[in-house]
Amino acid sequence: MPWGEFKDIAAERRLFQRRAFVMLLLVFVLLGVLIARMYHLQVVEHDIYTTLSDKNRVQVQSVAPPRGLVYDRNDVLLAENRPVFSVTLVPERVGDMEQTLSKLRGMLSISEEDMERFQRRLLEPRRPFQELPLRYDLDEQEIARLAVHRHELPGVEVSAELVRYYPHSTLTAHALGYVGRINRQELQRIDPVNYAGTNYIGKSGVERFYEELLHGQVGYQHVETNARGRTLRVLERENPVPGEDIQLHMDLRLQRLAHDLLDGRRGAIIAIEPSTGGILALASVPGFDANLFVTGIGVEAYRSLSSSVDKPLFNRALRGQYPPGSTLKPMLAIAALDSNAVTRDKTIWDPGYYQLNSGGRRWRDWKRGGHGWVDLKSAVAQSCDIYFYEAAVTMGVDTMHQYLSDFGFGEDATLDVAGALSGLLPSSDWKRAIHSEPWYPGDSVNLGIGQGFMLATPLQLATATSVIANRGHWAEPRLLKDIKGDQSIDEVLPTGTHQSIELENPDDWEFVVESMAEVMHGSKGTARGAARGAPYRMAGKTGTAQVFSLAEDEEYDEEEIRERLRDHALFVGFAPVEDPKIAVAVIVENGGSGSGTAAPVARAMFDAWLLDFSEAGSELVAGSSAEGSN
Amino acid sequence: MPAGSLFNQSARHPLSSPRGIWSALHIDPILLFLLLTLIAGGLFVLYSGADRNLEVVKAQGIRMGVALVVMFVFAQLDPAVFRRWAPWLFTAGLIGLAAVLLVGVGAKGAQRWLAIPGLPRFQPSELMKLVVPMMAAWYLSRHYLPPRLRHVAVALLIVLAPMAMIILQPDLGTSLLVGAAGIFVVFFAGMGWRLIGAFLAMVSVAAPLMWFFVMREYQKQRVLTLLDPQSDPLGAGWNIIQSKTAIGSGGMDGKGWLQGTQSHLEFLPESHTDFIVAVLAEEFGFVGMLVLLVLYLLIVLRCLYIAATAQDSFSRLLAGALTMTFFIYVFVNVGMVSGLLPVVGVPLPLVSYGGTSGVTLMAAFGVLMSVHTHRRMISA
Repeated sequence: MPWGEFKDIAAERRLFQRRAFVMLLLVFVLLGVLIARMYHLQVVEHDIYTTLSDKNRVQVQSVAPPRGLVYDRNDVLLAENRPVFSVTLVPERVGDMEQTLSKLRGMLSISEEDMERFQRRLLEPRRPFQELPLRYDLDEQEIARLAVHRHELPGVEVSAELVRYYPHSTLTAHALGYVGRINRQELQRIDPVNYAGTNYIGKSGVERFYEELLHGQVGYQHVETNARGRTLRVLERENPVPGEDIQLHMDLRLQRLAHDLLDGRRGAIIAIEPSTGGILALASVPGFDANLFVTGIGVEAYRSLSSSVDKPLFNRALRGQYPPGSTLKPMLAIAALDSNAVTRDKTIWDPGYYQLNSGGRRWRDWKRGGHGWVDLKSAVAQSCDIYFYEAAVTMGVDTMHQYLSDFGFGEDATLDVAGALSGLLPSSDWKRAIHSEPWYPGDSVNLGIGQGFMLATPLQLATATSVIANRGHWAEPRLLKDIKGDQSIDEVLPTGTHQSIELENPDDWEFVVESMAEVMHGSKGTARGAARGAPYRMAGKTGTAQVFSLAEDEEYDEEEIRERLRDHALFVGFAPVEDPKIAVAVIVENGGSGSGTAAPVARAMFDAWLLDFSEAGSELVAGSSAEGSN
Repeated sequence: MPAGSLFNQSARHPLSSPRGIWSALHIDPILLFLLLTLIAGGLFVLYSGADRNLEVVKAQGIRMGVALVVMFVFAQLDPAVFRRWAPWLFTAGLIGLAAVLLVGVGAKGAQRWLAIPGLPRFQPSELMKLVVPMMAAWYLSRHYLPPRLRHVAVALLIVLAPMAMIILQPDLGTSLLVGAAGIFVVFFAGMGWRLIGAFLAMVSVAAPLMWFFVMREYQKQRVLTLLDPQSDPLGAGWNIIQSKTAIGSGGMDGKGWLQGTQSHLEFLPESHTDFIVAVLAEEFGFVGMLVLLVLYLLIVLRCLYIAATAQDSFSRLLAGALTMTFFIYVFVNVGMVSGLLPVVGVPLPLVSYGGTSGVTLMAAFGVLMSVHTHRRMISA
């Protein structure tokens, strides 16, 4: 049929127009469907999708509060925070972990140790979308390199965080402690909300004890992120409450001096201000660099520290438990006088040895041949063992235990010194319980010169000395001096529970103090060499703690004993006698004699505190160095 | 009357129309205005959808300029030319499709492009969106309308052959659009309602068969995802969840131009191509969507008017089918972005960035303008 012939053109047009009308209806119906759909999504369910959209882009992030700073008594900064850039990965956002890690290795130097630690953290339980650090302390080149390649590395971020830094780290490590990464046990203990943005927690020392105070309150920010999780801007922010800045009693100059005095040796020095109990110096030598522990110490470095024979990680001042030796004699003198075991005038003949009953075991005096006739004062001054053997036996263990407890032995008497140990103050009950044996008089003999079972930490010795310096008044040792913010120190510092030691005759305090002054200034005082030329009077007591005990009557030659088997040299003392400003305890491990090694150390501490560092001291001695006076 | 004489007749009376300059240019000013409004508005949204990338907007502007030229060229040709060329173009198109299957190039496992040396790469399937309705219109307009059953059968064969070849590429989306264009011709031609009923019944039987024998795994996945996007929220469901979130969060009057968080923060995928309508919905809200849909409606109304007033059956059928195909584009795209239809690669006509579809579409509008401006004043 040829085209166009016999066709009813008008009919075809009408047919088309009818069909076009049907199509028009279809168009309206379908458009109606679309509009209804849009209305449903945009008006009816608008709130749902707004929420979804906001959830997409807005994330709540916790903002860690900056940790409070720590100052010494002269406002010298001991612990601060500095920004450290680290590269972190969010495993949920990293596509191919293997590939990403190998790319990063090409850009940064990542040690095997970093890698191991990261892999370990990857396996540990953690919060979803938590950033896992891979390497800390990036340098600027590495940061730049990461910035250039960041589009290839989804889930990889360079994050800046404030990390604890100890400017005088080796000096203060044992006193301040340090912070470190929160570990799994700590994760159980802490408030997960307040620590949501925090990676570090106080592990020891002041950092641990005042963790709550130093940490502050977490803040929040609502940030807008894109689909790849990059933060674009901060929408809303609730600032964290920074941790409180605190001030310690410690004087960094004195602390440094203490370290210098013990340099090359092993030992501890504690200096306390008797009137306040404030710890002026707390040195345990050798120390260590606490900064190593903050971001996580390497296995190698840790092994070399922990396996060192010098035990740098061991806090001798708080945790070193030594036989106090003769440094216990002033406290025992108080006990003996107050319990009427001796009188001030009681004199004995010291033949050089002591026997409980004739023919029995002989306890030697440190001085061969004995001191001859000695009274209490000279017994202290010359450190006569025989006098104290006898007094101890007369008092008996229970009396000694009572008085020594009052001086804070056998307990941790500190207010805020984390990790301080209580030593060992033996009693008859203790011996029966632990050794299933009764207390023998011979045990009392040993206790009389601070040997035998008795153990005390340098901090305890300094505390007891400070109580004597205070003439019986207790001011528990403490580190915290002040809080810089609004908070009152009373809310934070535990209150002391110790009663002042009341003696029947309070004059006994002066008597014992005078006998300690004799140690320093008397013609036969054991430490008279150390006090020579001082423009003030000081009181003290030397001591020697045996590392191993010698058999009866055995002679020993210092030279022949290997250095590490030599006696520990001890000294306790305070100055000035009349108005004590500083009490110290010194222990020099394997230092030999207390008088020769420990006492001069204490003298140097006294001089520094009373003369060099104090204005009153400068007046005391015309022409004394003005260095550090304020 | 020989087919060629129509062209000659028209050529003898070039200014017989009283419509002045527009008629001389063979341009329908109303349709042109609507199209330019849409294109301009589209570029505006594209700037936001492409995240303020002016290069993208510039490239799209150039592409639209080229498309307008193509439209202008097509408008100059008499509909009789299209009719005369329809069989040849159709044959060439089939050869092209066959060539694509044999030596075509492409990406992602689909061969859609033909790279003939010396010519720009092109998709024969894109061409078929115009040529198939042309061929169907040519065939059906040669016979009495409404068509008889065997004519309908032949017409359907004309439609199904290229469809099948495009499915094999595989390109289900284009195949369905090409098929729709052809089917609309048959419908406009007056295919009987009973036949239509039977046809729809056949389609509903064929659909499950398609599911098992024709559709690829990823296509099935898209359908399943549509039904339950939450089943794979980070994978296949991501697009649909994010685009619904973008649309829904736009609310009544939107977040404001360039203020869409879903698109600018890169949650919305394909925000400047297939999913651009979600950008518009997010930033201009329900009001913006109404404006867009009304604009499309006005274009469809104008085109249907052009079709209804065309002077011969071929022109009517072709114009009607092209109009409805254009509308189907809009419906499928908006339906897919708003989660009514499975995700198929259909752009929002004249707004989405890229592709050759813009050029094809403008060529179709050129055909419509040609139909409208080459009418002879028989009744005058």
